[in-house]
Order: sequence, then structure tokens, then C-alpha cells
Amino acid sequence: MSTPPSVPVAMPATVPPATPPANSRVEIASAAPQRSAEAQALEIHCPLVEALLTRFIRAELTRAGFPRAVLGLSGGIDSTVVAYLAARALGPDNVLAIAMPYKTSNDASLVDARAVADQLGIRLVEIPITGQIDAYFARFPDASRLRLANKCARERMTVLYDQSAAFGGLVLGTSNKTELLLGYGTQFGDMASAVNPIGDLYKTQLYPLARHLGAPAAILEKTPTGDLWVGQTDEGELGFTYAAVDALLYRLVDCRWNEAELRAGGWEADFVHQVMERVRRNHYKRRMPVIAKLSARTVDRDFRYSRDWGT
Amino acid sequence: MPAEQATSVEQAPPAEPTAGGGSTAESSKFPPLGGGDRDRPAVALSRIGAERPGVTRRRVALAQIDPCLGDLERNLALHEQTIERARREQAELVVFPELSLTGYYLRDLVPDVARPAQCAELQRLAAAAGDLAVVVGFVERDEHGDLFNSAAFLEDGRVRYVHRKVYLPTYGLFDEQRYFAAGQRVRAFDSRRFGRVGVVVCEDFWHLSVATILQAERIDWLLCLANSPARGVRDTEVRTASTYRHIGQTYAQLLGAYVAVCNRAGVEEGLCFWGGSFLVSPDGDIAAAAPPLDPHLLIVELDANAPRRARLQTPIGRDERLSVTLGELGRIQRRQYEAD
Repeated sequence: MSTPPSVPVAMPATVPPATPPANSRVEIASAAPQRSAEAQALEIHCPLVEALLTRFIRAELTRAGFPRAVLGLSGGIDSTVVAYLAARALGPDNVLAIAMPYKTSNDASLVDARAVADQLGIRLVEIPITGQIDAYFARFPDASRLRLANKCARERMTVLYDQSAAFGGLVLGTSNKTELLLGYGTQFGDMASAVNPIGDLYKTQLYPLARHLGAPAAILEKTPTGDLWVGQTDEGELGFTYAAVDALLYRLVDCRWNEAELRAGGWEADFVHQVMERVRRNHYKRRMPVIAKLSARTVDRDFRYSRDWGT
Repeated sequence: MPAEQATSVEQAPPAEPTAGGGSTAESSKFPPLGGGDRDRPAVALSRIGAERPGVTRRRVALAQIDPCLGDLERNLALHEQTIERARREQAELVVFPELSLTGYYLRDLVPDVARPAQCAELQRLAAAAGDLAVVVGFVERDEHGDLFNSAAFLEDGRVRYVHRKVYLPTYGLFDEQRYFAAGQRVRAFDSRRFGRVGVVVCEDFWHLSVATILQAERIDWLLCLANSPARGVRDTEVRTASTYRHIGQTYAQLLGAYVAVCNRAGVEEGLCFWGGSFLVSPDGDIAAAAPPLDPHLLIVELDANAPRRARLQTPIGRDERLSVTLGELGRIQRRQYEAD
């Protein structure tokens, strides 16, 4: 991420120099800018991650009896990474990418999606969703921007699932760990999928991976956006940068630091509180619908089988 | 690192032994997809200090397979096939991973795939093994109906020994105590060709007490059946893989024993098992290692007398003071009891 964090990142931001020479002042000022301890902890070895995730895609799809995959390709970093992984895991002929613009969608997104599909040799089909969305909202002209955004996300989901049936594949998810934790996505919309290869990678971890996989520079450089309305950016809407929130989420979720530890670590109380609340409030999006327990064995509670059962 | 030659058998990628103590640039190369067939793993052979005439050689196979979740019949066939291939490579012992007959993430399937130790399936494998010794992982049901995550050592057509996993991880992604009862024994036994053997299952390997007991048992071989999923992707290899290797190298030196870890390959329920099965010589060197992630049959030929020589050189087990250990542990246990 090139954008400097607008919110204070961790205090223990520097790494002690290896062996400071005796009797000499360490030249902090002249040193290259150091990455925060969190950013360092979130570094990934891209060849290893690629090896794991391509195997994951291939195994989970073939185990389910579907050696083909369908994904929504927006031209953003998340779906781009998934497209590269899927093409390498399954072969380009077995991957179908679908671009589903709404009338306000940025034309540049489609150009970027096209560049990815061309480079990978996967088929890209354009299925605009303007007709059905506008037909629906003609009855509800006062609907909020959020309702429109959610409806678009769910419309794209139904298109993907329908196309996956025609193609004989499964829908690959493109929600990253940051989005999943913050609930920054539409339940049963962009968060819906059969198999998600990038759900355990934070947003900032996808950039080195995309670069490693050979994604076009235009995609690596552009500002993250859901393209939900004109001029929308993720960081503008969230109110903080991905770099800042990924560092905080890493401490909160992966290291299980509590609120007091986070504040002692240099994070602003408001930011910590805001993020913790978001994670908590949106937890329902990450769960199956809650079922009233009546019998001895209830689906998902004490009727527990793995999806890969018998495969 | 001892002199060694990794010889490719069939069209297999050569084994990629990793130097002890850390990841290397070499280990950042991953085999291309498609290298490890689920039903027909690649094979590679390493010879470790066993070339000289007069040496008592043993050929050991680590069968890094990718079993099917909950399909005993299909997994039995995979075991028989793998044993047959190991036999063709003149192996005398084949080690399979934890729960190799059932797969790992069984959850409510555990009772469905459970079998008594004297079951037809294990008899069938023991018969198929013939002259080979074979170690397999399975779900064991005892006479009370309790279920265990067990490993069976088959030799001379029968079940020679069964180890029930003592330490059932129930934290993070693991939930084993929900489904399994804990084993109550850590013991060694005598194998006809492999001397004194200790068999442990995955998490058991992480408990110093298990190593201490097996050191006191004066074992020549420590066989660990693992189902270790990848966690930690910052370095050239997964974090769990390097931790396992450090433990294995430490135990081999402290026990003066061969340490073999057979970890499964493949992906199950989002868990990527890192493979990378390895064998450590009693001097602590990695003798041979299978490639990461994919199914593989690693054949290692080695000197059967190396453990004895290592213990002559460094007789740590001989010098152990059991009375000190037991006295101090007894004191700590009494203190804990009194504190309650």
C-alpha cells in the first residue's frame, strides 16, 4: 500500500538494529524507512502461498466433483489474485470469469478485467446487471445507496451461481480476511461462494501475492474500491486505511491482544473501539443462520460433518 | 549432512532433503502442480551411510499419502497399493501417516469408521504386508465403545502393537477431545527387525514427557505418524514443518535413535497438509526428506546399527537418573494436589 496510514499504527514500529556498533549512535534518520512489526509479521513467502492455494483450489473443487471454476472478475486486486490462482490450479480452459457491470460502474474496471483474462487465457463473459436492477428499483425509487449496493452484490451472486451451473463449475470466493473480519461485504452477495482461496489473507497481503503472480501494474496501483457508486473508495468509506486496519486486526485477531494491550501498543482508543465493534456487529455475516435447537442433533451444532466427507 | 544420494525411481521428482536448522533457498522451490498423484505417489530413494559392505542395512518407506475422508475401503486399497510399491523397492518397513485409513477431519464420522484392533481391515493389511512391517493410523474402538486415534504396528502377519494417541489437541483448529478418548500408555516394544521401537501420533511428539519415557525405554526407532496442517507462511516453508524438524533433530540426538516423521499430503476441509515427511539419523542429521505438500513415497536405506553407535558415543539415555525425575515430578504433583 502506498498510501500512508491516516490513523496511528503501532508504537513498537521499529525493529532493533542487528548489532549496534559500540560507542556509536545509531543513525536512525539515515536508515531506510522501517516497516512496522505488524507489517513484517504479515509478510508472506509468495511461492509458498501460491503452492498452497493452487493445491487448495484444485483439491477442494475436484473433491466436490467439479474441476472447473467460475468467478466474478471486477478488475480489482482480490478477484485478480483468485483468477491467477484458479488458472494455474485448474488450467485456463477450466476457469470462467464474469464481469457484471452496473451502469454506474467504472469503465476502467472492465478494461483491467479484460487485461487479466487476456493474460491468463481464460474466458471473460460480460453480463451487465443494469436491466434487472433498474427494473426492480423502479418500484422503490427512494431506496438508499446501501440498498442498491447490496442488491447489485446479490444480483451478481445469482448470476455467478447460474453461470456455474451452465459451466459445470463451482463459484470461487474473492473476499479477503480484512473484509470478512470487518463485515465489509454483502451477506449472500459478494461474500457467497463455494470455495474461497483468499479468505485468510489480509488485503495488504494480496499486493505482494498479486505482484508475484504477475498481475498487471494498473491493478496493483489503483485505489481499492467496491465500485458501488461513482467516486467510492474502500478506505474513504471505511474511514481508515487497509494498512492501518490490517496491522490492528493482526494484533487483535491473530495475536489475541485485548483492548488494553492494543492501547498500550500505541493505537488510538477510538480506532480500536470502532474496529472491534465492526468485527463484533458483523459476525452474523460469517455464520450460518442461527437455528432454534429442539432435538438431540441439530444441523451445524451437533450434527457435524466435514464438507469433504467421503471424498 | 552425511553422504547421500537421492536416486529417482520412476519419473519421480528427486527428494529434496532440507539442511538442518532452517529453510534454504532450495526449499523455496515447490514442485509444480500435478507432481503428486493422489492414487499413485511419486517414489524416490535415498541411501544413508549404508553402502559399505558388512553394514546391516534396513530399507524404510515413508508413505506420504493423501487419504480419502471417511472411505475405509478406498483407503485400504491405497494402502495395499503403496505397500506393494514399497515391496518392489525392497522396503522392510512402511510408515503411513496418522489416521491414514480414514482421513483427518472426520468429526461425526469418527464412530462410523472405528474398528477394533483385531478387525478384518487390519488383518487384511497385515496379510498384504507379508514380510514387511507396516505402521498405519486408524480409529480404534475398544471393548467399552471408547474411540481412540490409534496407530497399529503390523509385523509377521499380525498386529504387533497398538499405540493410542495420548495427547489429543483441542485448541485452535483442533477438536480431538470432542471425538476421541485419550490413550493412557507410552511404551516401547521389540520389533523382529527394527529393535526397540516407540510409536507416537502427531501431538504426542510435542510432549517432552513422551520423549523422556521413550528415552528411558532405550528405543532405537521413534516413529511419528502425523497429520500436520500448514500454518504460518512467512518463510520458505510452513512454520509447522520447521518446528517439527527441530523437534525431530533434537529427539534423535537426545535419544540416540532414528526418528521418522510421516506426515500426510493433500488438502482436506481447507487444511493443507504440508507433507515433507523426514527421517533423522541418530546423530541429528536429516537423512532424507520427502517434497512438501504432495503425495510421495520416500524410500531410505540406512545402517541398522547407527543408534547403538550413537548411544555409545553419547550415552545420555544410560546416564538418566529416573529417581531424580520421578522424585521431582512426584514433589510437583504433591504440591499441585495440596494447592487444590
